[in-house]
Amino acid sequence: MEKPLTQHIVPGRAPLSLKEYEKVGGYQSVRKILKEMSPADVQTLVKDSDLRGRGGAGFNTGLKWSFVPMGPEAAKPKYLVANADEMEPGTFKDRVLLEGNPHQLIEGMIVASYAIEASISYIFMRWAYKVAAREIIKALDEAYEAGYLGENILGSSFSLDMHLHTGVGRYMCGEETALLNALEGKRANPRAKPPFPQVSGLFGKPTIVNNVETLCCLPHIINNGAEWFKSLSKTGDAGTKLYGISGRVKKPGCWELPMGTTIRELIEEHGGGMQDGYLFKGLLPGGASTDFLVEEHMDVPMDYTAIQAAGSRMGTGTMIILDDQTCPVGFVHNLQHFFAQESCGFCTPCREGLPWVEKILLAIDRGEGKPEHLLTLDFHTKYLGPGNTFCALAPGAMEPLQSALKYFREDFERHIHEQHCPWSKAKVWQPSI
Amino acid sequence: MLTVEEKHKIDHEISLVPSPKNACIEALKIVQHSHGWVSDESLKDVADYVGMSPAELDSVATFYNLIFRRPVGRHVILVCDSISCWVMGYEGIRDRLTEKLNIKYGQTTEDGRFTLLPNCCLGTCDRAPALMIDNDLYRDLTVEQLDEILEKYT
Repeated sequence: MEKPLTQHIVPGRAPLSLKEYEKVGGYQSVRKILKEMSPADVQTLVKDSDLRGRGGAGFNTGLKWSFVPMGPEAAKPKYLVANADEMEPGTFKDRVLLEGNPHQLIEGMIVASYAIEASISYIFMRWAYKVAAREIIKALDEAYEAGYLGENILGSSFSLDMHLHTGVGRYMCGEETALLNALEGKRANPRAKPPFPQVSGLFGKPTIVNNVETLCCLPHIINNGAEWFKSLSKTGDAGTKLYGISGRVKKPGCWELPMGTTIRELIEEHGGGMQDGYLFKGLLPGGASTDFLVEEHMDVPMDYTAIQAAGSRMGTGTMIILDDQTCPVGFVHNLQHFFAQESCGFCTPCREGLPWVEKILLAIDRGEGKPEHLLTLDFHTKYLGPGNTFCALAPGAMEPLQSALKYFREDFERHIHEQHCPWSKAKVWQPSI
Repeated sequence: MLTVEEKHKIDHEISLVPSPKNACIEALKIVQHSHGWVSDESLKDVADYVGMSPAELDSVATFYNLIFRRPVGRHVILVCDSISCWVMGYEGIRDRLTEKLNIKYGQTTEDGRFTLLPNCCLGTCDRAPALMIDNDLYRDLTVEQLDEILEKYT
């Protein structure tokens, strides 16, 4: 089984130096594109590979690039930004790539920058990834030294600068237009679209923001072709995927596997099954802002298409397990506390609605729930849904809530009927102390 | 007053962006790095230096979780309170910390040694529960390990 993205990552060992990375074929894709391919060729190849954004939205990467104005008349400078803000609760896959093989990310960013004729690139990384920051700074120095970055890369006419920017903590920074505001030294509020960042992004110039895992796929697509990339998958969505599991399984972790690996295989084979004394109750397939799936979905392949058909989203592909000893109301309450806190406050439904949802869940959790509370939660899942808010934060927050109300409604009703949490007291989510 | 060294670092950040204002978050980080937090006086100094009003800069500073606008202790403990850490029982860690340090979230110990803050997901969910002290990440935590960990920080 091929694992192109993680083949050179050994947990607990320092990432490859530039010399070691070159020895195993590193930066070959940069040599190849500069010698044999035009930016349009790279765009076409990546579009044909069916690579879809690994940050959660799943948009075709080559297609996303194709909206960038090209040629001598296009506004300059153009920017390429790696979104390494990984702050979706339950998500830890980009950390593996950032700490484990920073040169692979740099190589992918050079490919993407070349494809859109960008001359300045940023890695926007969350503050918490201290080890990754250290390794990336080292790798950037090596890449400049070797002539892969800077003026006239490898003697070509292509020049590219690359900088690491570490954030100061806010979930909103993961949204691409909010991320651009943060990079510009502003509050990370999302921007109105259109104009899309491809046309008017960072400092008003054409900009592409791609997820770390997406960018790390690029060198391999350039080297091995579109058909090879598609053949890595078990289903219709191309490539491999970094999947992760957290919660009460025996061996939580992160693994690169063929796209379309089933939920059952992930939990039972790779995660080692549930811990003794814990039963599976449900899961969020791809981070905090995805809908619950339950036992009946165990054989669904984890890809964009199948997970969507099952009523959820693949999101980041890192699943969070809800076990039978954990209160589902407390679980959702924890998530809504997070979303209410991280709302940027710009639009009213999100700013006012999420704290309301959080308060109701707190009341239900404490045994102060009323029957009408469920109806209030129900209407929030509609009023904070897609189309009613400025960005995707609140609709994302409603996904685990609406599906919990669907699959675990009896548990909500029991809380209200019995006027206490049927789970142990220790498992009641208490945000403040 | 900004020190010569701080000005030097901020000048470098300003040189990388179209307008000095665009470097304001970096400037706040530089000031926080030397003082531990951003006082009203520092905020005004930075605002003057990058050409913003203090109110405009404060709207940026207070937006972000990791710019401290109040004094913090010599070490800041960030306890992950997000979903995976909660499922894996982070409350035991939190309760032991509050009991041992005799402070609540948002408070600093009387000797100025520790500030305790809740924090969003630290991105290490497969090894929950987790916390960070300054630049150090601790994971697969048990309550028993806490005393030894805290002793490293004076």
